[in-house]
Amino acid sequence: QKVRAEVLEHLEHLALVDFRDSEGVERLQRAIQFADQLHEVNTDGVEPMDSVLEDRCLYLREDDVTEGNCTKELLKNAREKVEEYFVAPPGIVLLIK
Amino acid sequence: LAPWVPVVGLEIHAQISSNSKLFSGSQVQFAAPPNSLVSFFDASLPGTLPVLNRRCVEAAVMTGLALNCSINKKSLFDRKHYFYADLPAGYQITQQRVPIAVNGSLSYSLCIDNKMSQMVTKTVRIKQIQLEQDSGKSLHDDTRSQTLVDLNRAGVGLMEVVMEPDMCCGEEAAAAVRELQLILQTLGSSQAVMAEGQLRVDANVSVHHPGEPYGVRTEVKNINSIRFLAKAVDYEIQRQIEELESGGTILNETRAFDSKLGCTVPMRDKEGKQDYRFMPEPNLPPLILYDAKSLPANMNHQQVVNIDWIHERLPDLPSVKRAKLVEQYGILPEHSFTLLNEDGLAEFFENVVKQTQMKPKKVIGWILKDLLSYLKQRSLTVKESPVSSLLLADLLNLLEKKEISSTAAKQVLAELWKGEGKTPLGIVKEKKLELMQDQKELEEICQAVIDSQENEVIMMVLG
Repeated sequence: QKVRAEVLEHLEHLALVDFRDSEGVERLQRAIQFADQLHEVNTDGVEPMDSVLEDRCLYLREDDVTEGNCTKELLKNAREKVEEYFVAPPGIVLLIK
Repeated sequence: LAPWVPVVGLEIHAQISSNSKLFSGSQVQFAAPPNSLVSFFDASLPGTLPVLNRRCVEAAVMTGLALNCSINKKSLFDRKHYFYADLPAGYQITQQRVPIAVNGSLSYSLCIDNKMSQMVTKTVRIKQIQLEQDSGKSLHDDTRSQTLVDLNRAGVGLMEVVMEPDMCCGEEAAAAVRELQLILQTLGSSQAVMAEGQLRVDANVSVHHPGEPYGVRTEVKNINSIRFLAKAVDYEIQRQIEELESGGTILNETRAFDSKLGCTVPMRDKEGKQDYRFMPEPNLPPLILYDAKSLPANMNHQQVVNIDWIHERLPDLPSVKRAKLVEQYGILPEHSFTLLNEDGLAEFFENVVKQTQMKPKKVIGWILKDLLSYLKQRSLTVKESPVSSLLLADLLNLLEKKEISSTAAKQVLAELWKGEGKTPLGIVKEKKLELMQDQKELEEICQAVIDSQENEVIMMVLG
């Protein structure tokens, strides 16, 4: 089964990654084929599990201020900064692979 | 021309009033140096994990109970994916599948024809309340073609309240939001100050002919006050009607309200339908809430949110407070609305009543007509009033004991407003405003007036 062009464009838009060369498309198709094996399992009457944590207790934290105040450290990760702001491009930019 | 039925629904985001954020321990504060209230998790650095703040859960449960919702004892967290500079993770943690509260209602009141004396009660259904993260703030620098990002707000807890499309105009939307604001402020779950972005409202608007299916709806954003909400909704309804009547169509788009021009315009960045690729948040187990019956015996109470415990401690909601004011003091329902609408006014009124012999039904006139209009003229809050409840009570006592006339009382009040530290009695003496009580003296004055106006008296006697 081939992946349609509109689907590819949509996926690129969602992932902001350009993978439309033939190798990229081929890998995508093989990945879908691999995942499609799930359809071979009969899941009638089985509640979907969405996390292995579902039986764990969700830990609740006290409402205390324990973090923050590390502007300098955080800005070390910024390629560009203006005063203490992170700088980003004006819109959403497609990443070239 | 067939009539149009406008349909208005609202999505309201209320910032939770808490010390720290929804999933991290950084501080929640309105104004602070950029990126100073940001933890590694808020900046989405690899290896960090969300840890849920109990206070935020309690705030959402309180709000759900106050809005007559069913609280879901098991609710789930999901990821909503989209790219934006102020969303460093590339997704927002929200509750899309099973939110914390569902199926509630909010009652609000409207004046018919702008007459306070005719109030009607309406109800809007609450579809759900969900917990979610706020995003950071983007400052667009068009001259340098860049965006500056401040993550102080990223990760702050929000309650999204979804109101069903049960409203039909700007006035209803505004009244519903105003009542929600009062409820949130009474609960303390959110300070709900729109000017500080603690309460944000998006309106969904469509129009259709009676009996026909609902029309295409548009989403209106960038509404910064309750007044603008009414304007934006009414403008959009009109725009859609005019568009359809001239043969056009309505696009399912997002529009921004331009407060200067008083109109809605299409928004740049939101093109086409977004695919948010919702998925369960893999790092958070389901949120389990308990009530008195289901409370586990051996659990650490710090880890338990008990719905019944919270319910027992809910304060009186605005509607209850109003009813109590009407019952206790014999004032009119519309008076109770005005009292609650101004921060501190109900308390002021009750303090005056406690300190004066004048009946509450008479006191209310002085509060709502005289005091309130003075405050409004000078844009003062009740807290900033130069006339305290004690001073006003003293003044009203003089009036009640018939030591001064009501005209004189108004003169005294005008003096008191100057805030020069004078007392009502002091001003009365200073300006010689005392009412004469001596019968004989009064007769002598009247006789003198009649004697000096002989001609007029003759005219009057002759009819």
